[in-house]
Amino acid sequence: MHLRFSAEDEQFRKQVADWLNDNLCGEFAAIRGRGGPGDEHVFVAERKAWEQRLAEGGWTCIGWPEAWGGREASIEQQVIFNEEYARAGGPGRVGHIGETLTGPTLLAFGSADQQAKYLPGIRAGRELWCQGYSEPGAGSDLANVRTKAELDEASGQWIISGQKVWTSLAHESDFVFVLARTDSNERAHKGLGFFLVAMDQPGVTIRPITQLTGTAEFNEVFFDGAVCSGDDIVGEPGDGWKVAMGLLGFERGVSTLGQQMLFQTELDEIIRIAKTNGSAQDPMIRQRIADAHIGLRAMRYNSMRMLSGAADDASLGREAMIYKLYWSTWHRNLGKLAMDVLGPDAELLESGPYELNRLQSLFLFTRADTIYGGTNQIQRNIIAERALGMPKESRGATH
Amino acid sequence: MLADTAAAFMDAVSDSAATRVAMASEDGFDRAVFERLCQEMYWQGILVDENHGGLGLGFVELIIALEAMGERLHCSPLYSVCVASLALRQCASSDYRNQLLEQVCAGSIIALAHTNASIGWSGVGVDAVATANGWLLTGDARFVPFGHVAEQLLVAANTADGVALFAIPANEQGVTCMRAPTLDQTRAMANLSLDKVAVTDGQCLARNALPLLTSTTDAARILLTADQVGGARQCLAMSVDYVGERVQFGRTIASFQAIKHKAADMMVKAESARSLLYAAACIADEWLQGNASASQLQEAAAMVSACAGEAYFFCAGTGIQLHGGVGITEEYDIQLYFKRARSTEDYLGNPASQREVIAQQLLDGEV
Repeated sequence: MHLRFSAEDEQFRKQVADWLNDNLCGEFAAIRGRGGPGDEHVFVAERKAWEQRLAEGGWTCIGWPEAWGGREASIEQQVIFNEEYARAGGPGRVGHIGETLTGPTLLAFGSADQQAKYLPGIRAGRELWCQGYSEPGAGSDLANVRTKAELDEASGQWIISGQKVWTSLAHESDFVFVLARTDSNERAHKGLGFFLVAMDQPGVTIRPITQLTGTAEFNEVFFDGAVCSGDDIVGEPGDGWKVAMGLLGFERGVSTLGQQMLFQTELDEIIRIAKTNGSAQDPMIRQRIADAHIGLRAMRYNSMRMLSGAADDASLGREAMIYKLYWSTWHRNLGKLAMDVLGPDAELLESGPYELNRLQSLFLFTRADTIYGGTNQIQRNIIAERALGMPKESRGATH
Repeated sequence: MLADTAAAFMDAVSDSAATRVAMASEDGFDRAVFERLCQEMYWQGILVDENHGGLGLGFVELIIALEAMGERLHCSPLYSVCVASLALRQCASSDYRNQLLEQVCAGSIIALAHTNASIGWSGVGVDAVATANGWLLTGDARFVPFGHVAEQLLVAANTADGVALFAIPANEQGVTCMRAPTLDQTRAMANLSLDKVAVTDGQCLARNALPLLTSTTDAARILLTADQVGGARQCLAMSVDYVGERVQFGRTIASFQAIKHKAADMMVKAESARSLLYAAACIADEWLQGNASASQLQEAAAMVSACAGEAYFFCAGTGIQLHGGVGITEEYDIQLYFKRARSTEDYLGNPASQREVIAQQLLDGEV
């Protein structure tokens, strides 16, 4: 395990930091630190402009091949970029689905035409993507997809009908990738297709989901005869599950240290309040703040171990499997700690009708952390089955 | 590579049967095995510099050995000897001190007696009175690891000018050091009693020894957590093996989600403690080289100690639960891990006290 990055990587870090320092100012000063998880609904127009500024500087898609405008940055360099981006207060990236999910998927499974059609728009920060995986009946059980895709023989187009849910930034996106059933006689992970669908068409309707915070960053997306060109299926009909699982595998943990930088900012804020309002004298609060500090360090060193293993192990190893369960639980506990440090003040809103401050929002929205991206229960199954080799869960009759 | 060597050596000398013989023996360890360890592995020399016959290595190497030992519940004075060598290397060079370092490398057992553990782990219970040609030491120390088999004792004592560190041969007139029966039988502890023990000025290795003792205790905490991490991971491995074989209701109990989720929680805690341990070892090595401060060492030690202590206890306690009825029998080893977990969790300061160390660093400065 290495605690430090190489001199060459530190040089790269300086390059990133300098560019951000020179560019994340002026017209972009207002969006510093905004637009992260739980806050994705704000400053969208400004963040779109920022995405294009990043692209002009060559700071989008840095892990992509040079042929597609990337820098072929190593895992370490991508981690460093994310860390410096967070340190500088870089706003939530509106382009991250395209850059981290659609792009790598097309590079691995897409046709030459699909790559030429879609990769440049993502790289330039001009075309935004959202994801169409989850459905009302397919949460953790992702394979229970009911959205259908039927090939219209006359036009050669796919006609898509069904509903997706928990789609972030749907109303701002140009495209959505959709997992849909191409063979209605098949169940579970068989008979699925992976489609690239334009959002701006009559067959697509978006309805925001208001969350417990009173804000809406997720949406329901309804497909009612939405049209998708015959060329816009990735792989063959029936390959959808393989492509979808490959896509999830592109989550390489490069954003972990950047995420932890945001967590540190939140913990620092809680410590500042505790010292100001006297709760820092409460022995139980002292224990919990220390525990949060230790937990965040453990998270960092877990990441560094993952990265140390990354060089010789493409799968990032067993340590990677504990990461989601660890950070989501830590963050949820931090939200409750924030409330207990604030004490009675935690109950009072910034203003009516339901304007939350940052820590109230943290407290409420972190309840989502242990649910999305695989619930804590599913994470424990994954750890037990894949890392510890324990028996797999039996499937119900519909599987 | 060191990990493979350590595992192979432990396989050869410390299976369950060997552990049970060692822990039940009068001295609580197998002297022949310790001699082999000193000759074949030379782990006692890891923290001693090459000028005094050591390997001149550091914590990163030593924790690998200690992790392997913790994994097998190995009964050994190695920890005690390494802590003593840490204290010695911080003392100013003198003939007496240098000879002790060479004795460590030659396989002598030396133990540090630094506390009477009156309030938590603090409290020096030995007083040193200056005489015309040296000192007279009187008082008690508790929890001296393998003190009953030590040839030399490093003793912290109160003087008129603060705490000083003395070296005393165990066979000196007035020295009594007896093994104390303990809840955890795998890590033998002794009580030391000194009755007007006369020592020379040359045996006073350090005046104003509190900073040295504090850093030694912090570094010792990191060594102890290596034992805890090894133990926690072994509790998980043993439990996963057991539930994979135990059949109830026509299926292995490993197939129950309630069991799998417990095992997952054990892994998260054990591996996170391990990550903190590896980081702490790197920081301790920087401290040895003068590139990290005593306060950075203290922070790293407190963090891993709080985390690993709880992780081990959780894994051992949950391990008993997953073993079901056999978990509380004398026959199965999981109970031995449970006792070692409780013992090491408190030794040198419990997790709450270590979190308070962190809280002071975070909360007691200016706003």
